[in-house]
Amino acid sequence: MTGLRYVYAVCRPFRSALQSQLTGVAGSPPKQLTHHGLIAVVSTVPEADFAEEPLRAHLEDLDWLTATARAHQQVIDALTVVTTPLPLRLATVFRDDSGVRTMMEAREEDFRRVLDRLEGRVEWGVKVYAEPETSEGAETSEAKEAAEAKEAKEPVSGRDYLRRRRMQTRAREDVWQKAAAFAGRLHETLSAFAEDSRLHAPQNAALSGASGQNMLNAAYLVPRADSEEFVELVDREKDDAPGIRVELTGPWAAYSFTDEFAEEPEVEP
Amino acid sequence: MTTPGRLPQPYGHDSSANLADILERVLDKGVVIAGDIRINLLDIELLTIKLRLIVASVDKAKEMGIDWWEDDPALSTRARRDELARENAELRERLAQLEPARQQEEAP
Repeated sequence: MTGLRYVYAVCRPFRSALQSQLTGVAGSPPKQLTHHGLIAVVSTVPEADFAEEPLRAHLEDLDWLTATARAHQQVIDALTVVTTPLPLRLATVFRDDSGVRTMMEAREEDFRRVLDRLEGRVEWGVKVYAEPETSEGAETSEAKEAAEAKEAKEPVSGRDYLRRRRMQTRAREDVWQKAAAFAGRLHETLSAFAEDSRLHAPQNAALSGASGQNMLNAAYLVPRADSEEFVELVDREKDDAPGIRVELTGPWAAYSFTDEFAEEPEVEP
Repeated sequence: MTTPGRLPQPYGHDSSANLADILERVLDKGVVIAGDIRINLLDIELLTIKLRLIVASVDKAKEMGIDWWEDDPALSTRARRDELARENAELRERLAQLEPARQQEEAP
């Protein structure tokens, strides 16, 4: 059967078996390719989907991209349970095993260096959202309810309306300021605990579907052994203040901490 | 050989809500290696892909009223064009305002 090789990650040999039901992108199970004491986790993918032309077209297809990204992440997740994988970016594809081996040999030193640094560590994602009460939400507070009851009887004057709008705007700005200050403090605390951290661009609410304004989107590199403590720390630091939400995700493979791995210089064709 | 320590239960994994988190990592982070199949993710307008996260397509996004990128010069060539046109119009307007003043000054 002809097919291309899709590479998920490079890691050191590991003892535990991967879950037997694990499938990769395009449905075939990932296998290990050993070269000079390093392992590339690869699976066979059909040329009809992963050759340059079809791949380019597929990547513009959100459903395909979603399924592929999830399958990719599923393999990385399974690896993270048993070892410390160096995750490759989505859609790293070679013609055959020997192409993968050539690449591993060429980048062997880089792989070893970064794997050494990440060994036994995982990434945790922390996001802080500001959720100012909406005009409807604000009316749940007692004062507002009372005002509302009064309003029901009396007609609202233009001045009242403007004053209410002003108060709402002020309350919203207040929440944003508090959330921003809180996010700063939280990042400081978590960075001090973690070995390393990265700040990512806040996610756009319209695109992520999350409610509220993303104020902090950070990744923290934490030894596995300290992970439980890190999770507890995040829990403790969570602010009960209304309008601030903290979201924790992980453990991830150390995606955000592979930047030491120099990108290959572009080869002019 | 790696012997992983105990890890807490995963947080926020596998829920459909965090597709954005997954895409953020698999598309944007991780090691970049040029394979035999040369696709530079940046070439395929990664921004366009990002814009399509969650929302089914750009058309769907527009239906939903999510079209802010169209006005962002960094993301849209149309916006860049519009901005130039606007700047041009502003400059013409200022010029038109200055011209009469200058003529008056020049007048004896």
